[in-house]
Amino acid sequence: MLALVRGIGFRLIQAFGLLIAVIVLNFILIQIAPGDVALTLAGEQGSGSPEFLAAVRAQYGLDQPILIQLFQYLWNVLQFDLGESFFWGRPVLELIQEKIFATILLAGTALAFAMTIGVLLGVFTARRPESMTSHGVTILSLVGYALPVFWTAIMFLVVFSAKLGWFPIGGIEDVRYEGGFFGELLDLIEHLVLPAFTLGIIYLAYYSRLARASMLEVLESDYIRTARAKGVDERSVVYRHALRNALIPVVTIAGLQFGALFSGAVLVETVFSWPGLGRLAFESILRRDTPMMLGLLIVSAAMVIVANLLTDLVYQWIDPRIRVGGKR
Amino acid sequence: MTETGVALEAVEASGRGAVAMFLRNKAAVFGLIMFTLILFMTIFGPAIYGVDPDAMVARPFAPPGDEFGPRLGVDYLGRDVLAGVIGGGRTTLLVGAVAAGMSMTIGLLIGGLAGYYGRRIDAAFMRLTELFQVLPALLFAMVLLTLMGPSSKTVALAIGLVSWPAAARLTRAEFLRIREQEYVKAARAIGAGDLRIMIRTILPNAMPPLIVATALTVGIAILFEAGISFLGLGDNRVVSWGSMIGKNQGYLLEAWWTVTFPGVAIFLTVLSISMIGDGLQDAFNPKLRGR
Repeated sequence: MLALVRGIGFRLIQAFGLLIAVIVLNFILIQIAPGDVALTLAGEQGSGSPEFLAAVRAQYGLDQPILIQLFQYLWNVLQFDLGESFFWGRPVLELIQEKIFATILLAGTALAFAMTIGVLLGVFTARRPESMTSHGVTILSLVGYALPVFWTAIMFLVVFSAKLGWFPIGGIEDVRYEGGFFGELLDLIEHLVLPAFTLGIIYLAYYSRLARASMLEVLESDYIRTARAKGVDERSVVYRHALRNALIPVVTIAGLQFGALFSGAVLVETVFSWPGLGRLAFESILRRDTPMMLGLLIVSAAMVIVANLLTDLVYQWIDPRIRVGGKR
Repeated sequence: MTETGVALEAVEASGRGAVAMFLRNKAAVFGLIMFTLILFMTIFGPAIYGVDPDAMVARPFAPPGDEFGPRLGVDYLGRDVLAGVIGGGRTTLLVGAVAAGMSMTIGLLIGGLAGYYGRRIDAAFMRLTELFQVLPALLFAMVLLTLMGPSSKTVALAIGLVSWPAAARLTRAEFLRIREQEYVKAARAIGAGDLRIMIRTILPNAMPPLIVATALTVGIAILFEAGISFLGLGDNRVVSWGSMIGKNQGYLLEAWWTVTFPGVAIFLTVLSISMIGDGLQDAFNPKLRGR
């Protein structure tokens, strides 16, 4: 138990260090970026006398030595002060808080869908590796991986929403809609299905393949032969003995790919006008809103770090032999 | 000389067997043929077809097969879609290849040094790799692009800078494994220097997984470039598959061909590269066939 607590503590310290590194990298990017607050304000007011610029820089602490500025920046970010958006004129964190739920919902649904179906397909085909279904899944995973997600998103939107009218065209809710809690929930789900499915396809391709490969490997191991030899029935061998070990690589990749999921969300959210962080990122890039962009980079990196920590905990649950913070 | 000779012979032997294995794999050969055709199209296509992808050649929205219009139709500005697919392929493939090359080079350097030297260098480089791994690649690339300004060069640079961690981890793992082998110890015993051991003894033996990884990286970089130019963050002066889709997405209902064909081009390119990658994987690792 003590070892477990110490392991988690070690991982937490490591994650915190990583977060600090992300913030420092952000600070460096700000220094590289052309222009500063003073120039932006001068641009807004249409006047930029050297005295004015100097006054603003003194006010924002930009005349301080660079290391002092760095510590000031670190201190601000660690107090959840990410500055103010140039374009919206509101605190960056506030804007992120408004949109973060939509992105977590989209990415979470896509991940859950890809994991469940992917693992099921993988397990199913690993039991009969030479069957037609098995080859079909291999081909599907190649196809799913090669599809550009923004293109599939547009195609689905046009075919399933515009032509067939099965799903609403973009957005997260129908503002005209009033139908109590369950009505609204249903409305949300209707809007969620297509974007989540689009985003999930790529990961479905990964996971089905990975699950199949790792299942094939596990099914060949000695303890599975032992289980079969002592007469455990086949279903129990596959789902209770083998699956647990076969899941480890799938979980590893899922944890590592959380950042990639975020990248995919930028494209999918843009096409489906899903009001999440990805769309916010795209809009702030178009408006050259540097504080907003960097705030998003920090928050999304923090989310990936948390996701990685959670992955470590899931490991523990799948395989108690793995100790958090140490090697196997 | 002996140690490198032995190592090289081993590589060549496995190389010859691998080529035979690869050629026996129908999907891989299919992928190779498809990719060769696409490459041929992007290299010689513009000269053969001879239509400027930016020129207005017919009335806007003329569909494919229209008697006055070109084969694959024209877009909302009357530009030839086939010329765009041919010319856009050049941008997409070139940027993808350069980006993948950069990504593999950085990954090889960081991963190789970390795996070979171990200890502090390993720890430092792995922290650096982790840092780049927690930053969502597309978001990070978008930030880099706003700092560097959009051009084909900066797009390739941005993609290379955000996508190397996977290559670094793989290289590190390979170097860690191989540096404990007998022949590396033999090389060290006869006084070969670090650089020589890394490049001439370890690297050739680490090649098979790295070649497979390169194929995958090229595919990822192409998808990446397409995504960036789809968002309009690439070089807007040159046509690319992604930018064709981005600019025409609003007209899909009126003119499906303007978005469909560039998308199919990206899909077939990445598909053919993955098939080649799979074929290489099976060829180098016959035990893992079909996984």
